[in-house]
Amino acid sequence: MSTLTTEGGPVVPGRPSALTPRSPRVGEKVVYAILRSASLLTIVITAGILVALAIPAAEFFAQVPVTDFLFGTRWAPQFADASFGVLPLVSATLWTTVIALVVAVPFGLGAAVFLSEYAHPTLRAVLKPILEVLAGIPTVVYGYFALTFVQTTVFREWLQLPTEAFSVLAAGLVMGVMIVPTIASISEDAMSAVPQNMRQGSAALGANRMQTTVRVVFPAALSGIIAAVVLGISRAVGETMIVAIAAGQQARIVENPLELGQTMTGFIANAALGDARVGSLEYDTLYAVGLLLFALTLIINFISIAIVRRFREAY
Amino acid sequence: MPKNTPTEHRLSDDNAGVKIAAAQRPTASAIVDPVLECDNVDVFYGNFRAVTDVSMDFGINEITALIGPSGCGKSTLLRSLNRMNDLVDGARVTGRISFQGEDIYGPDVDAIEVRRRIGMVFQKPNPFPKSIYDNIAYGPRVTGMKPSSMDDLVEEALTKAALWDEVKDKLKQSAFGLSGGQQQRLCIARTIAVKPDIILMDEPCSALDPIATMRIEDLMVELKKDYTIVIVTHNMQQAARVADRTAFFTAHADDTTGNRTGVLVEYDTTTKIFEDPSDQRTEDYISGRFG
Amino acid sequence: MSVFAPISRQIGEGTIRGRARGGDTSPASILFLGLLWLSLLLAFAFLVTLIVTTVIEGSPRLNAMLLTEFPASRPEEAGARPAILGSMMVIGFTALMTLPLGIAAGVHLEEFSDRNNWWNRIVELNVQNLAAVPSIVYGLLTLGALSAIGVKDKNIVIAGATALSLLILPVIIIVTREALRGVPIEIRQGSLALGATPLQTLFRQTLPSAIPGIATGSILALSRALGEAAPLLILGALVFVSFDPNGLLSGYTTMPIQIFNWTGRPQDEFHILAAAASILLLVLLLAMNAIAIVIRNRYQKRW
Repeated sequence: MSTLTTEGGPVVPGRPSALTPRSPRVGEKVVYAILRSASLLTIVITAGILVALAIPAAEFFAQVPVTDFLFGTRWAPQFADASFGVLPLVSATLWTTVIALVVAVPFGLGAAVFLSEYAHPTLRAVLKPILEVLAGIPTVVYGYFALTFVQTTVFREWLQLPTEAFSVLAAGLVMGVMIVPTIASISEDAMSAVPQNMRQGSAALGANRMQTTVRVVFPAALSGIIAAVVLGISRAVGETMIVAIAAGQQARIVENPLELGQTMTGFIANAALGDARVGSLEYDTLYAVGLLLFALTLIINFISIAIVRRFREAY
Repeated sequence: MPKNTPTEHRLSDDNAGVKIAAAQRPTASAIVDPVLECDNVDVFYGNFRAVTDVSMDFGINEITALIGPSGCGKSTLLRSLNRMNDLVDGARVTGRISFQGEDIYGPDVDAIEVRRRIGMVFQKPNPFPKSIYDNIAYGPRVTGMKPSSMDDLVEEALTKAALWDEVKDKLKQSAFGLSGGQQQRLCIARTIAVKPDIILMDEPCSALDPIATMRIEDLMVELKKDYTIVIVTHNMQQAARVADRTAFFTAHADDTTGNRTGVLVEYDTTTKIFEDPSDQRTEDYISGRFG
Repeated sequence: MSVFAPISRQIGEGTIRGRARGGDTSPASILFLGLLWLSLLLAFAFLVTLIVTTVIEGSPRLNAMLLTEFPASRPEEAGARPAILGSMMVIGFTALMTLPLGIAAGVHLEEFSDRNNWWNRIVELNVQNLAAVPSIVYGLLTLGALSAIGVKDKNIVIAGATALSLLILPVIIIVTREALRGVPIEIRQGSLALGATPLQTLFRQTLPSAIPGIATGSILALSRALGEAAPLLILGALVFVSFDPNGLLSGYTTMPIQIFNWTGRPQDEFHILAAAASILLLVLLLAMNAIAIVIRNRYQKRW
C-alpha cells in the first residue's frame, strides 16, 4: 500500500473514534472570541455616542424647554439674555445643503452617466482617478478656496454681488463640488451593475443610447442612485470646515443665499474654540445641537436604507 | 460554526404523497465491505427537502456514479457525505450517514476530520493562488501531517494524479498557469496528499474538454485501487465507462408543496443499470427519452 | 410615449440609417451628450481652478521655512513644522488603533457571523450608520468620554488619534468586508474540503488574497483622516503650538488645523501661508492615494 492511503485505520469498537479532532484547537477559540469582541465594539461605539450626547443634552433640556429649542428663532446662547432657538442654525444648514445638492446632483449624475454609459474605457481610466482626487481634497482646503476665491474674488470683486465677507452661497457651491464625487461614484457603481443584456435588449428594439440610458438603465439603477443622493445629503448636513470658514459665524435666519449665516456644524466648531467650562450651560448647548445633528443624519440614513430596499432591483 | 445534527431514524411513511420505488440493493454482486452507508437520508435546506429517503451503500475501492437529470439532489447528497453542506445556512441532514460504521454527524465527530478522510473535487477546478508545490503541500500542512519529506509527498501525490511529468520542472510556478485539465488533476493530487479514504467528485469533467476528460477518467480507474470514489455526473456514458455501480436519481414533485425533491430510483451494478434496468424511469433516462 | 413609438416612426420615415429622429445623432441625443460633457468639464475646471489658485497664492511661501519653522505671530517667521510632525504622529497612532480593530470586526462580520441572526443584522446596520455620522460628532464623543474619565486637557495626541480612529473604523470594516467578498467562495471550499479549519482557511487563503484590497482601502481611509479637522477642533487642537509633539500625551496640532488657523487670520500674509500649507497637504495626500492605487493595480488578484 502506498504511503498516501489512510493512516486512520478502520473503526474498531472500544478504540477511540477515528473521527475525533486530531488536536484540541484551543488557540482557535481565543481567536474567535477576539474577532467577536471586535465586531461588538461597534455597538459600544454607537452606545457611547448616544450616551455622550444624551447626558449633557439632557442637562441642557432641563434648563431650556425643547419647544423653545426646536422652534425658537433667535440663537444667542452666550449673551446675557440668552436665547436658544435653533432655527437660525437650521436655516443656514438648510440653505447650504440645498445649494450643495443643486450643484452636486446634476453634475454628479451627469458624470456618472457619462462614465458608465458613454465613456471609452481609456477615457474612463483617466477620468475616474480625477474624480477620486476631487474626493480626496481636504475640506479645509475647499473652505479656504470658498472664502478666498469664490466669495472674495469671484462674488465680490468680479461679480460685484451685494454680499459680505461670507455667504452661504459660496459655502454651498463649494460643498456641492465636494459632494460630486460621492454621488458620482455610487451612482456609477449602481449603473454599471445593470446587466449588459438589458441595454442590448433596448438597443435591439431600436432605442438610441440616450433613450436606453434614461428609460432603462436609470430606472434599473434607481435604488443605488437614490442612495447616492441621500448619502450626499447626509454629507452636506454634517460638513463642518467649509461652512465654518466660508458661511459665517453669526447665527441668524438666512433668507437669501448671498447672506451669511452659521450652520449647526459651524456653531459646534466655533463654540468649541471658545473656553466653555465643562458642565456649564454653554458646554451643554454644544451637545444639544450635536444631538440634533446626529438625529438628523440618522433619520436621513434610515430613509436611505428604506428607499433602497423598496426600489432595489434583484438581478 | 457548523452544528452536529442529532441522528434520528425516520420511517418513510410520513412522506405525504411521495411515492418512492424501493432502492435496489445489489443482490448478485452485493457489497461486502461498505465503507460509506446511507440509511434513510433526507437533506433539507430550511424547509425545502432537496433529497428524500436515500438508502445506499458505497463499496470500498469501487467507483460509484450518481446519475440523473439536473435538480434531483445528486450534488446535494454528495456534499452531505463529507459535511460540506454544513457551510450552507439552514442545511440539515436526517437519517444516518456512516463512515466505516461511525455516524459522521454524531455529537463527538469533528467535521474537519471528516473532510480530511472524505475528500472532494469540485466541478470547476479551484486551485489556490499559490505555487503548484504549495497547493499540494497546503493540505498536509494545515492538517498537521509532518511527513519526513514534504518534497517526496508532493512528488508522490502529483505522480498518482498523473501530473508529475508535466509539472516537475515548474513546481514553484503559479497553479493558475496550468490548463483546465491540469488544474483539475492538481486538485485531485491536492486531495490525495491528505491521505483520504474516499474521494468525492462533483461533475469533475464538465468544465473540461474531451481529451482532458479522458485522462481524468483513466486516472479514476487507476485511483480506485487505493481509494473509494463517488462521482456525480451528467454524462451517463461517463458512468458507463468508469463506474462499478451506478445510482439513478430523479426529481419527484412533492404533492403537498409542489417543490421538486430528489429520490433514488434504482441502484445496482453499472451493467445491470444500463443493460437491464428494473425501473421504467431508469430505462427512459438511459435511452434518452428524457433528461 | 412608449419606447416602441419612435421605432414605428423611424421605419415609417425610412431612417434606419440612424439619422435625424431616433438615432444617436438626433438633436436630443446630442444635447444630452453635450450636457454630460459640460458637467464633466465644469467639475474638471473647478478642480483645476482650485489647484491653480492655491498654488499661485501659496508659492511665495513654499520653501524650506515652511517645513522647519514654528508658527509665529509674525507671518514672515512662521512655518508649519509642528503641524507636519503632529499630523504624522496622529495618523500613525490612528492607524495602529483602528486597523487591527477594523479588520478584525470586518472579518468577523463577513466570515463568521450568522447573517440570519437578528443581532448580527443590527451590528451590520449599525456599522452602516456609523459610516454616515458627521465627523464632528466623533469629536463630541471623544470629548465627552474624556471628560467622563476626568481628563482635563484634551489637546493631546492620543485624544486626537482616538477621535480619528473612531471616525474611520466603520470605513475600515466596510473595506475589509468588500475585500473578503472579492475572494471567490471556491477557494474557501477547496480549503475546507481538504480538512482545514475555518480559521486556517481564513488566515492562509482568504485573508492573504484580500490584503491588497484591504490595504488600498485603509490607505484611502487614513488619507481622509489626515485631512480631517473638525473632530480635532472640538478637542482643542487650535492652541498656539510652538514645540514639536513628543509623545502620546503631548500637545499637538495638525496640518488641516494649521491651515484653518491661518485662514482665519486677517492678514493676507497668513493666507499665503495657508495656501502654501495646503499645497503641502495636497501633495502628501496625492502621494498616499498614488500608493494606494499602485497597490491595487499591482497586487489585486484577478480571479
